[in-house]
Amino acid sequence: MLDASRAPSGLPSLPGVGYKPQHFSEILDAPGPVGWLEIHAENYMGDGGRPLAQLRHLSERFPISVHGVGLSIGGAGALDPDHLARLKHLTGWLNPASFSEHLAWSTHDSHFLNDLLPLPYTDATLTRVCDHIDQVQDVVGRRMLLENPSSYLAFAESTWSEPDFLREITRRTGCGLLLDVNNVFVSATNLDFSPQGYIDAYPLEKVGEIHLGGHDEDHDDHGRPLLIDSHGREVVDPVWSLLDYVLDRSGPKPILIEWDTDVPDWPVLRAEAARAQTALERLPA
Amino acid sequence: MTVTQDDFHAALLDPGRAIPEGLCDARTHPPGRRFNVYRNNVAVSLTEAMHQAFPVIAKLLGAQNMDGLAGLFLRRHPPSTPLMMFYGEAFPDFLAGMEQLSHLGYLPDVARLELAIRQSYHAADSTPLDPKALSIDPEALMAARLDFAPAMRLIRSPWPIHAIWRFNTEDGAPKPQPGGQDVLITRPEYDPIPQPLPTGGGDWIEALQAGATIGAAYETAAETTPDFDLGATLALLLQGGALTSLTEEGQEHEPTHLDP
Repeated sequence: MLDASRAPSGLPSLPGVGYKPQHFSEILDAPGPVGWLEIHAENYMGDGGRPLAQLRHLSERFPISVHGVGLSIGGAGALDPDHLARLKHLTGWLNPASFSEHLAWSTHDSHFLNDLLPLPYTDATLTRVCDHIDQVQDVVGRRMLLENPSSYLAFAESTWSEPDFLREITRRTGCGLLLDVNNVFVSATNLDFSPQGYIDAYPLEKVGEIHLGGHDEDHDDHGRPLLIDSHGREVVDPVWSLLDYVLDRSGPKPILIEWDTDVPDWPVLRAEAARAQTALERLPA
Repeated sequence: MTVTQDDFHAALLDPGRAIPEGLCDARTHPPGRRFNVYRNNVAVSLTEAMHQAFPVIAKLLGAQNMDGLAGLFLRRHPPSTPLMMFYGEAFPDFLAGMEQLSHLGYLPDVARLELAIRQSYHAADSTPLDPKALSIDPEALMAARLDFAPAMRLIRSPWPIHAIWRFNTEDGAPKPQPGGQDVLITRPEYDPIPQPLPTGGGDWIEALQAGATIGAAYETAAETTPDFDLGATLALLLQGGALTSLTEEGQEHEPTHLDP
């Protein structure tokens, strides 16, 4: 268990964006309100070349958040020691302001599935996830943030609500939380619960970072809305409203705009970051 | 009812398989299309990764055929690590084993070339050898050995793979002509550059990689290419920053690689 008295992350309470190599020059020349950058850890685990050179350069200008997408913390099997070592190496030389991963599984019998797959919220899952987080924080040597998933279905066997489950994980492991507000909205729509009720039950004091992203709209077999977390468009208005609801209760937080597919030109992404800045500025000083 | 990750995983990769019991929507209905979101995410993201990794193969086959092949490939050879930048190592051999593609004999080697370019892009940085290091007594030079940059790759083929690659990546590139090509990939800074080698160049570099001296490797190349032009191949390596050290006979052998 790590010291939980420190701030959950070292990121500034400013807008950040998910870094895309096509924006390299523009981010340096015209960052606008962007005060920090997030990278996907796995894209910077090569041995050298342009990705690492760019990252070294950017890290001299901006606080960096390392966001893992491949550790499979909820996996039924053991964590991959090679992948843990790669994370330790990356966070070791980069010394990022924050390190985060997902409440999900993505590897099965050493086969990586390249997606964040859902978990039943049971005592057995809780024990396993906490053991894995302890191991991660132990090996990587820093506190991690755990992100809530976007859900498309539920497990009949679940006995915990997601906010209670996350709260218990932070209590047992000392980890912080990454609150993806779009994921809350997507899950709430898909599983028919109140997103504000979720936020009311969620331990906002543990939040070291907020994520916002766009989603797609579809329908299930019964014609009910099925939202899909695609990170391929602007954040929708109801998600911005939910962000305000969160910030009113949590105070200012680092807010990331995620845009991973159909990545737009820099001014479009920067405009989304500016909207996050507006949300922060409307808070009482 | 417990849904194991074994059950979930089996149904993910096989759309014909029943969705595990114990999954539901908000009203305890079976999940139906909701489960397909995960099926799609896995298949689409890995198929997309294959298109990005092998754009020339995708162009040669057409997008639809590439989708079909990628679907087969990702089920037979799922990624073994979350490092998607290296996914597809088994693809060239997979292509070679597809009977329906046997009339396109060059495909596996073109895939090898695309894979090698990607590996070169992510390879460790290194400090290039100062060409002055070669200004030694010619006899000593012939007895010396060379070390290659981690980003250097050699792909040898009985097909004109460089011409095929270029024809499909560069506007106005000449039509490929029959004949084999040895391709050297160098990475002077951050962008890998594939270039066809002069005849004999592939034999020479391959012998050097196996540890032969410059002179012995020359003898090997000259066996099949009596007029082998060592200078031209050496110039390509030097210009591309593909050499990192020269070790004279009797010297301690110290390859120089830089950590990121």
